[in-house]
Amino acid sequence: MNVKDLKNVEGITCLYLADEEQTVGDLYCGDLLSDVMANATEGSALCTIQAHKNTVAVASLLGLSAIILCNNRTPSDDMLEAAASEGISIFTSKANHYKTALAITPRL
Amino acid sequence: MQEIPINTLTSSSVILELILRLKVKDVMSTNVITATKETSLRHIQEIMRTERVTGLPIVMGKRLVGIVSMDDIIKALDLGYIEDPAQDHMSQNLIVLDEEMPVSFAINYFSRYRYHRFPVLNKYKHLVGMVTNRDITTVLLVEINKEVEQLEKNAKVRAHATEMSGEVHTYPILKNDFENAGSASTQIKKRLKEAKIPNAIIRRAAIASYELEMNMVVHSNGGLLKAEYTPTTLILTAQDEGPGISDLEAALTPGWSTASEWIRSLGFGAGMGLPNVKSVSDAFFIESDVRGTIVSATITLEPTEDEDERQGS
Repeated sequence: MNVKDLKNVEGITCLYLADEEQTVGDLYCGDLLSDVMANATEGSALCTIQAHKNTVAVASLLGLSAIILCNNRTPSDDMLEAAASEGISIFTSKANHYKTALAITPRL
Repeated sequence: MQEIPINTLTSSSVILELILRLKVKDVMSTNVITATKETSLRHIQEIMRTERVTGLPIVMGKRLVGIVSMDDIIKALDLGYIEDPAQDHMSQNLIVLDEEMPVSFAINYFSRYRYHRFPVLNKYKHLVGMVTNRDITTVLLVEINKEVEQLEKNAKVRAHATEMSGEVHTYPILKNDFENAGSASTQIKKRLKEAKIPNAIIRRAAIASYELEMNMVVHSNGGLLKAEYTPTTLILTAQDEGPGISDLEAALTPGWSTASEWIRSLGFGAGMGLPNVKSVSDAFFIESDVRGTIVSATITLEPTEDEDERQGS
């Protein structure tokens, strides 16, 4: 699936769309950024509650395709600014990590 | 002429390594068509024609007892004994190869003897395959192709790495500066990308530099992250102004952390930082006292063969 297809998953809203045609290769769920850093693979979308700028830095360094903020977390303004300058798409989801990933998985 | 034009003593080291590394069993064909010693030469001629082979091993069970070649068949037709069983006329003076021998042996055999093919035996002296010079050249071509690809890849990386060689970039890191955390690593990553370093290596460099940067933001009184490029490596050095790590061994243990609740709520301080840096680096060094900590992580910019397995964990 592509990043823009995440919009069509129930409960997920797009907050910032960078490269809509970028492929979402896999999903990674995690809030410990060091763990994400060590284990998330390039092209994955990250399900996390870390709604701040540093998550964008991690996503950019790893080449992640999108950040999905779970449990309806709202990003800080500087997170959205960073996302725009680094070209990382940001979504928010009403559900927790598990249910968000579950809803996306059939479309991967 | 059955010779394979490869000198087994004076060829380039890549070829020499290849013909020593490859075993006869890697090049032999294993679906060997055989006949028994009771089989008539006429029937053998028939098999040769339909199976498009020029020689047939004669076996008793798994044991090789002889070979009938195209020459033997022509002779039989000429002298009128084509209806005789194989055992009366087969060559019994056999030169065989062991499946564990390096291919260089097989290459020498083809230059030393006039035969077009050699039977291959295993350690129980059972017939397990046949080798023709075509089998050898085919496998060699495939392997040489792989070697050349690897050489080209390395040469390319070396050219790009050379372009960065000598560059030193230093990035000041401030205590608790979450605002800019990650920007040094982002710049290092961009530099490596520009130089077209392979992605798997950039990933390792990004992990190492990010963790070193975050460590200084979270734990130190501030410091410098230095990225130094040599023709073959990236050397990352994080040097801070204290307060030092009280237990170095513990700091290198995954999960051990002194981070505050606040830091942890931001997703840091999982106790994975230094262990992550160490696991993605090709060389790692750390020294710490109350005046400060120095961590040095070296990343080789040429791909290693097991690059896929060491994505860093």
